[in-house]
Amino acid sequence: MNVLVDNFALFRQGFFGTLSLTGASAVLALLLGVLIAAFRVSPVPPLRAFGTLWVTLLRNTPLTLLFLVATFIVPEVLTTGLSSYQLAVLALGFYTSAFVCEAVRSGVNTVPLGQAEAARSIGMTFTQILRLIILPQAARTVIAPVGSLMIALTKNSAIAGAFSVTELFSTQKLLSDQGLNLTVIFIWIALAYLIITFAISGLFRLLENRLAVAR
Amino acid sequence: MTASVLYDAPGPRTRLRNRIYTVVGSLALAGLLVFFAMRLNSKGEFKSYMWDLFQYAGVQQQITDGVVATLKAFALAAVFSLLLATVFAAGRLSDHKPVRIAASAAVEFFRALPLIIMIYLLWATVFEPFWALVIGLTLYNGSVQAEIFRAGINSVPKGQSEAAYALGMRKTQVMLTILVPQAVRAMLPSIISQLVVTLKDTSLGYLIAYTELLYVGRILAGNTPTLGNYPYFQVLLVIGTIYIAMCMLLSAVATWVEKRARRSPKGAPPATPEAEALVATAE
Repeated sequence: MNVLVDNFALFRQGFFGTLSLTGASAVLALLLGVLIAAFRVSPVPPLRAFGTLWVTLLRNTPLTLLFLVATFIVPEVLTTGLSSYQLAVLALGFYTSAFVCEAVRSGVNTVPLGQAEAARSIGMTFTQILRLIILPQAARTVIAPVGSLMIALTKNSAIAGAFSVTELFSTQKLLSDQGLNLTVIFIWIALAYLIITFAISGLFRLLENRLAVAR
Repeated sequence: MTASVLYDAPGPRTRLRNRIYTVVGSLALAGLLVFFAMRLNSKGEFKSYMWDLFQYAGVQQQITDGVVATLKAFALAAVFSLLLATVFAAGRLSDHKPVRIAASAAVEFFRALPLIIMIYLLWATVFEPFWALVIGLTLYNGSVQAEIFRAGINSVPKGQSEAAYALGMRKTQVMLTILVPQAVRAMLPSIISQLVVTLKDTSLGYLIAYTELLYVGRILAGNTPTLGNYPYFQVLLVIGTIYIAMCMLLSAVATWVEKRARRSPKGAPPATPEAEALVATAE
C-alpha cells in the first residue's frame, strides 16, 4: 500500500496518460477506420486497392515496428515538430484503424441484401438508404467488435511507455528502477489497467443494450 | 460489383461517374506516393550508399540470426501456449466449481493485462530476456487460445454430447472422441490467427533487449552511420517486409485450412459469433 500512497502522483500521471493516449488514438482509429472502410466498399477500384493494401500492411506489422517508424521516419518525412505523445497517437491510431476498418466492413456486409433492395424499390436515394437502412443496422453489429478493439487498444498503448510517453508502463519502469518491490508495483499497475478495460467493456455493453432491437 | 448492399448495378451515368472517381482517386494516390518519395529522396534515402550495408555478409548474418531468434521465441511460445490453453480450457469446462473459478480467474486476469507489463515484470525479477518473452507470450496467448478452445467446444451442438452420454460414454471419452475433434475443426482458423498475433508480439522482445529481429534492426541502423545519416528507413523497410511476409505466410495457412475444412464431406460447423468476437479481442 505504501508504494501506491508514496508515489500517488506518478501513478495518477500514468493512469491519466494511458487514458488520454487511448482516447486520442481511439478517435483517430475510428475516423481513419471508417474512412478506409468506405474506400474498401466503394465502387472505385484504386480506392479499394488502397484500402486493401492499408489493411494488409498494418495488420501484419508488429506495433513495435510502427512505433520505430513513427520515431525515426515520420519526423524525417513529414515534420520534425511532433512530440513523442503525438507520434504514439499516430502509431496506435494507424494500427488500430486497420482492425476498425475490417469490423466496420463486415458490419456493413451483415446487412441482408434484401434490405437495400427493398429500400431502393420504394425509391430511396443512396444517402437515405445509407442513413436510414444500412448504417443503423450495421452499427449494431459493429459495437461489440469495436468494443473489443478499444480494449485491445488500451493494452497496446502500453508500448508507448517504452517510447518516452508518460503512461502506466513507463510508471512501472520508473518505479522499478527506484528499487521498490517489483511485484507490488506490478499489482497496482495491473489494477489500473483492469479498471480502464472494465470501464470500456461496461460502456460498450451499455451501448449495446441501449441500441438493441427486439427481432 | 453487381449485387451489393450498397449499390445497384450501375447504369451508364453511374459508370461514367465511377470512371471519373477512378481517375481522380488514382491521381490523388499517385500524388501522395510521389510526395513521400520526393521527401525521402530529398533526405538522400535512395542514394545507393545508404543501401550498401545489406551487401555485407556480416549484416546478412545478423538479420538471419534475428529471424531465427524471433522464430525460436515464436515456436516455443506457440507450443507452450497451446498446452497451457488446453489446461485452462479443460479447467473452465470442468464440472468442479473450484477448478472452474480458478481457471476463469487466471484466464481473465492474463487476458486483461497488457502483455508488456507481464513480460517486464518477469524480466525485471528473475528471468533472462528470452524466457521472460516466452513465458509472457505463453501466459497471454494461452489464455486467449483457451477462450478460443472453449468457444469451439461450446459451438458443438448439444445433441452430440447427449447422444454420446446416452451411448454410455464417460466424460473424458465424450470430450476426447466427440467434442474435441469437431471443435478443433471449427476453431483451427481462429487458432492460427491467434498464432499470427503471437508471432507479431515476439517483437515486444525489443523492449527488454532480447536480440530478436526488431532489436537487431534497431542496433544495425543505429550503429552504421553512412555519411552522417542513419539507415533507419532502409533497415525498417527490410525488417518490416520480413515480418509482413512471415505473418502473411501464417495467415495463408489459416485460409488454406479454412478452405479445406469447408471442402471436407463432413463440413465444418460454423464458428459461433462468440468465437468470432473472441478472435477480434485477441487482435
